[in-house]
Amino acid sequence: MADATLTAKAAEPVSSAQMRRQMLKEFWFYFSENRGAVIGLYVFVALVLVAIFASLIAPHSPFEQYRDAVLKPPAWVEGGSWTFVLGTDPIGRDILSRLIYGAQYSLFVGLVVTTLSLAAGIIVGVIAGYYRGWVDTIIMRLMDMILAIPSLLLALVLVTILGAGLNSAMIAIAVTLQPHFVRLTRAAVMAEKSRDYVTAARIAGASPLRLMFRTILPNCTAPLIVQATMSFSNAILDLAALGFLGMGVQPPSPEWGTMLAEAREFILRAWWVVTFPGLAILITVLAINLMGDGLRDALDPKLKRS
Amino acid sequence: MSLLQIDNLTVEFETSTGWFRAVDGVSVSVDKAEVLAIVGESGSGKSVSMLAVMGLLPDTAKITADRMLFEGKDIQSLSGTERRKLIGKDIAMIFQEPIASLNPCFTVGFQIEEVLRIHLGLGKKERRARAIELFKQVGLPNPEERMNAFPHQMSGGQCQRVMIAIAIACNPKLLIADEPTTALDVTIQKQILDLIMDLQARTGMGLIMITHDMGVVAETADRVVVQYKGRKMEEADVLSLFENPKSNYTKALLAALPENATGDRLTTVSAFFDGNPEPAPSAGASAAGAFA
Amino acid sequence: MFGFLLRRLAVLIPTFIGVSIIAFSFIRLLPGDPVALLSGERVMSPERHAQISAQLGMDRPMVIQYFDYLGGVLTGDFGTSIVSKKPVLDQFLTLFPATVELSFCAIIIAVALGIPAGIIAAVKRGSIFDQGLMGIALVGYSMPIFWWGLLLIILFSGILQWFPVTGRISLMFYFPQVTGFMLIDSLISGQKGAFASALSHLALPSIVLSTIPLAVIARQTRSAMLEVLSEDYVRTARAKGLSPFRVIGVHALRNAMIPVVTTVGLQVGVMLAGAILTETIFSWPGIGKWILDSVFRRDYAVIQGGLLLIAAIIMTVNLIVDLLYGLVNPRIRH
Repeated sequence: MADATLTAKAAEPVSSAQMRRQMLKEFWFYFSENRGAVIGLYVFVALVLVAIFASLIAPHSPFEQYRDAVLKPPAWVEGGSWTFVLGTDPIGRDILSRLIYGAQYSLFVGLVVTTLSLAAGIIVGVIAGYYRGWVDTIIMRLMDMILAIPSLLLALVLVTILGAGLNSAMIAIAVTLQPHFVRLTRAAVMAEKSRDYVTAARIAGASPLRLMFRTILPNCTAPLIVQATMSFSNAILDLAALGFLGMGVQPPSPEWGTMLAEAREFILRAWWVVTFPGLAILITVLAINLMGDGLRDALDPKLKRS
Repeated sequence: MSLLQIDNLTVEFETSTGWFRAVDGVSVSVDKAEVLAIVGESGSGKSVSMLAVMGLLPDTAKITADRMLFEGKDIQSLSGTERRKLIGKDIAMIFQEPIASLNPCFTVGFQIEEVLRIHLGLGKKERRARAIELFKQVGLPNPEERMNAFPHQMSGGQCQRVMIAIAIACNPKLLIADEPTTALDVTIQKQILDLIMDLQARTGMGLIMITHDMGVVAETADRVVVQYKGRKMEEADVLSLFENPKSNYTKALLAALPENATGDRLTTVSAFFDGNPEPAPSAGASAAGAFA
Repeated sequence: MFGFLLRRLAVLIPTFIGVSIIAFSFIRLLPGDPVALLSGERVMSPERHAQISAQLGMDRPMVIQYFDYLGGVLTGDFGTSIVSKKPVLDQFLTLFPATVELSFCAIIIAVALGIPAGIIAAVKRGSIFDQGLMGIALVGYSMPIFWWGLLLIILFSGILQWFPVTGRISLMFYFPQVTGFMLIDSLISGQKGAFASALSHLALPSIVLSTIPLAVIARQTRSAMLEVLSEDYVRTARAKGLSPFRVIGVHALRNAMIPVVTTVGLQVGVMLAGAILTETIFSWPGIGKWILDSVFRRDYAVIQGGLLLIAAIIMTVNLIVDLLYGLVNPRIRH
């Protein structure tokens, strides 16, 4: 009897929109079961809102120097005041306001770098995986080269060539992250290419371009989404590291890594100028990684069973 | 006294939609030197009840039984250590996927000597000699050479022979064979089955043969338990089960055997069976009629 | 196994040549005149320019220049520092032991803590241990290590005054560098307290550098272990009546280590990137700090040579890891 209803259901044509809604619902079910992932999502959404409405939320300008309030400690510490909730930096700027504006840099860079490396990685990876042969060999050797150089060192070298600043930092980070997408896409395409549904589409006369991007690629999205979240958090960390080394966003911009670099000499005198920017980086990266873990578990059918 | 006696065994697993009852009030017993077949479809709980006896179910499984006795000893009350002295020695088990059941990182020699050392405390030389002897006994060619082979270097049939050798290493009183031939080539299936039956006859151990294959049942068993969806449908000696099945489910199983097919289509169990094990008034005749 | 090695080498050689092309192009891609950049002379007469250009071989066609460069590299000539006027390779070899010592300690910490943590989390899946350990691992994995280093300095050097902030050993000790490894040299010197001083200087930097590898190894071990624990052969091991310790510690762990070996190897690259940050924070005189200082001093010859040397080291380590992978995985060995 159970079999009968099953066949009846299968016989009904299912529209792709319906199926997509069903998949989305199932995805949300697994994602929302992961408490950490949901917390990460909330924090991330909050950070995005902070970045968008920075000018409304921030109590002060991130650049204004209050000369009579240099190195003020946070409000709850003796000597602090609620005018500067997280205290001020060595030249009297409000740390909280700078952190709020700093969120813009991190999220913007994360978004741009991930999009850049994802797009480039997918195109190159699909081409390598689909055509194989010498094209594949050359592409993969190129990726091996990039991966043979530590990401931060390569980024430093690229920034040296391009000149320090936000744009060159973004390009440099995207270059170091993109081989992962290439490898992932290539592996997925190669695995999917030999499946029956691809053969069927090819026999039906689908063009190579359509085969690559419409037929095969949608079936490789899960690992790419997970890698994209990891790249997002890596991009934020790398930008902060470059900023910390003085090769990223240049002062007086309130980028978190740059703020840390400026505060370094005061670490033993004013702990707050060092603590809060780093905490902001950690919280942002942690929230994204929590989401990434949730995405991975929700999208990975191998782990779904248990 | 039975070798193994289980009364009213229930096994439940927690799932996202509540507790799932995999085994529901099943009672089974085996005597010394007896061959019992437990037959049923996949999901009938036939393996789960035996895994419960072995203590191989995950901690999340809830196992309850009125009695679970091996040679009159209560298995349930044993501590972990005491139980581990029993399983692998007096009760041994072989599984469906022989290649996956052997550890790919160790030689088969290591894997059989391990049992000999832990349960029998044999020294290095004795272990090796005994292992080679066991490999000979289960019909592995070049047993000395095989000792240093890894599972991936052997065929499925050879791996199952190794598994059998490991299982009988300590002369167990009871061997549980969980679909031992299902994953093998048809030509090998018969050889492995013959090997198990031959060993059983020679050693006089009790044997529980878990299978979905009525052919295997007919060839091996003294007595048969038919299970469906975690419940025992019927228990009978093998001759009366095939000649005079009592439960509707058994009838459906027998009717679904390929050799019983009429016409040019094979039939499924569900075509005959509506989930009610008791014969409905005049159901036997109508089932046969519906089929024709 | 030998064929496997040859295949890996066949991939490695073109990769090395490619990296040498990157290093070669680096100088020529920089804004400015490469002759000036490599000689370090900002203002020079056209005659002087031509002279240096000829001296460096830069007046010849690009392809010949590259093969010159490659030939130099293969005979150990990685260029000459503009600032110190010393050969890049010599400088590298002097500073490299400091980085090796630091990285080695870091990887020991990461493996010694990460693998047990991963095993415990997998075996006690879903328990408070699992959640706690994996929570810590995720924080470690998300850590901006340059900030983490500063925090540790504030706490352990500033407030508690347990560990020194910078350097490899206290200035009161002086002894010849025999091996270049401070821990070993301090023992050889026989000076009282030297070894303890070296160790206390090493503590904070190696903790910082180990943070991310530790988190990655713990997470990888857990997931490898979880996968292995559901395998049939683990059930077989239990059915043999083996103790849980033996089932997990021998049968499961041996298989779970196969992917973990690769992960540990990949961490070497991560650590060399981390060394740039860690060595900068702790003024650790290794190659990470050397490269960064060269970036600031515009010592492009050092960056060029260092880039190639570091890439060569990472490729060598990856090759070793591949061989190790073959050794721990019988399916590849045979």
